Amino acid sequence: MNCSDRVSREQSGNGGSRQRVDWNDRLFRALTGLACWIIVLMVLLIVGKIAYHGKDRLSWDFLTMAPEEGMTAGGIFPAIYGTALLVILMTIAVVPLGVMVAIYLNEYSSHTSAIYKVTRLAVTNLAGVPSIVFGLFGLGFFVQGIGGSIDRVFYGGQLVFGQPAIIWAALTLAVLTLPVVILTTEDTLRAIPNELREASMALGATKFQTIMRTVLPQASAGILTGTILAVSRGAGEVAPILFTGAAYFLPELPHKLHSQFMELGYHIYVLSTQSPDVEATEPILYSTVFVLLALTFFLNLVAIIIRSRMRTKLRRAA
Amino acid sequence: MKTRMAFDNLAIKVRTPESSEGKQVQQLPNKIITEGVNFYYGKAQALRNIGLQIREKYITAFIGPSGCGKSTFIRTLNRMNDLIAGARLEGKVFIDGQDVYAKAVDPILLRRKVGMIFQKSNPFPKSIYENVAYGVRINGYAQNKMERDDIVERSLKDAALWDEVKDRLDRSALGLSGGQQQRLCIARSLAVKPDILLMDEPASALDPISTAKIEELIFELKKRYTIIIVTHNMQQAARISDHTAFFLMGELIEYDLTSKIFTNPSRKETEDYITGRFG
Repeated sequence: MNCSDRVSREQSGNGGSRQRVDWNDRLFRALTGLACWIIVLMVLLIVGKIAYHGKDRLSWDFLTMAPEEGMTAGGIFPAIYGTALLVILMTIAVVPLGVMVAIYLNEYSSHTSAIYKVTRLAVTNLAGVPSIVFGLFGLGFFVQGIGGSIDRVFYGGQLVFGQPAIIWAALTLAVLTLPVVILTTEDTLRAIPNELREASMALGATKFQTIMRTVLPQASAGILTGTILAVSRGAGEVAPILFTGAAYFLPELPHKLHSQFMELGYHIYVLSTQSPDVEATEPILYSTVFVLLALTFFLNLVAIIIRSRMRTKLRRAA
Repeated sequence: MKTRMAFDNLAIKVRTPESSEGKQVQQLPNKIITEGVNFYYGKAQALRNIGLQIREKYITAFIGPSGCGKSTFIRTLNRMNDLIAGARLEGKVFIDGQDVYAKAVDPILLRRKVGMIFQKSNPFPKSIYENVAYGVRINGYAQNKMERDDIVERSLKDAALWDEVKDRLDRSALGLSGGQQQRLCIARSLAVKPDILLMDEPASALDPISTAKIEELIFELKKRYTIIIVTHNMQQAARISDHTAFFLMGELIEYDLTSKIFTNPSRKETEDYITGRFG
């Protein structure tokens, strides 16, 4: 402040002071610019290194074959299949629940009501829980709690659902990704002009008809974005499935809700820590990481495209 | 919901536009009667003891400066204010002799009978056809597509829009001009077969030509509907309405024949307002 004041006063007379300020400015500009380059460089380094090392093993066979010879050869198909199945089950669980929560918060509850505040707080806190805690929660609540109870009631204590399984891993991931779906859906609902709700109500529609016929169709793109973001988040998580259903290696694909499964993220963990032959595993590891990254990047890209399209559509409507 | 009677202007508790010119013969019954309506947004009182009678198949204009309560008042007539959290009404509103705030009255059914056109045209982001069909579908007015097509066509014709859109019913309603959108909103309301149309500044966002079309349409609709129009445009009120009510700070100041209000108002406030001294 002082400095710049002096500059303006001495601008014509004292060239030295003016120069010093210019140096400050340039230095700061350079530092902030450098910070940007560091970010770009990091991403390029990660993606570049993985793409460079991963490309050798990447092939159609790699994507469609099972691992062989203690994971030092073969492909990663069971892990891709398991990941897909896992996120589909997760989506089926998380989207209806998340959308319903968002609808209640935005369409029914008053923003000063206790239930609104408590739910808000719960969602915010849920988003901040470390993922390993979700893993332990899943093991205790879903596997041992619900699964164990099912076994006691329906299977006479025989171990069927009371052990790690794809359904429990999917539900654990659903709890983890719930905040993503709720917050995205809520944002979308908030962006829908209130005039449309009023127009519908003024025509004699019930609240339910208004939500089903006017609000949700308008929000569908936003809900889809939330779903994709949840999937891309869920697909990359390892900790929550560690104890709830992911397996080191399985000779066959999961075909029941209580089957265990292989998953890309967990497979990467296994490849990098449990391999009997590190040298032989390394290229496979790089390629697997590449596949996982490509998958999540792709999903995020789709979400971004849908969101930007929705924004232009809403802007045109306004 | 107790009627608050202890108010200063009991004399104007219920007024009819004929009160000043006794020679007016009452040909049609009163469609809407309100008695001692007080309305609160939380603690703020927006309406004070509003009592008036609105005649069937007449156009009644509500005028007054912004925030005078005229919009709030028409929204009490179809219970749109029910949707506002913390809002509260005292007093009675009768439509066709039925107290619309009685427990037995379903606001959903009331809104089918009392249509509403908003200030900002608000078509659904759907096709022109689907906009008009919306009310038909939710109310189950049509057994099949033919009946529904029929209602849609008739409503669009009644709203003087059919000729302009009949070749592009499946196109988005958002592609229409502002005036067309507003007439579409009118058509959408007509499809629900209301008796009463509440219009909240329906032409305030439109150019003069579109406004003229809407006014012409309102005049035409008067034959079959009881119309209440809120307007900021005094010329508009003078042009199209039969009766005019002047609101100020949540109170009904004067309610009379439009010709009387605009030529010889009996209250000083009304005169000040219509001559442009404030507001």
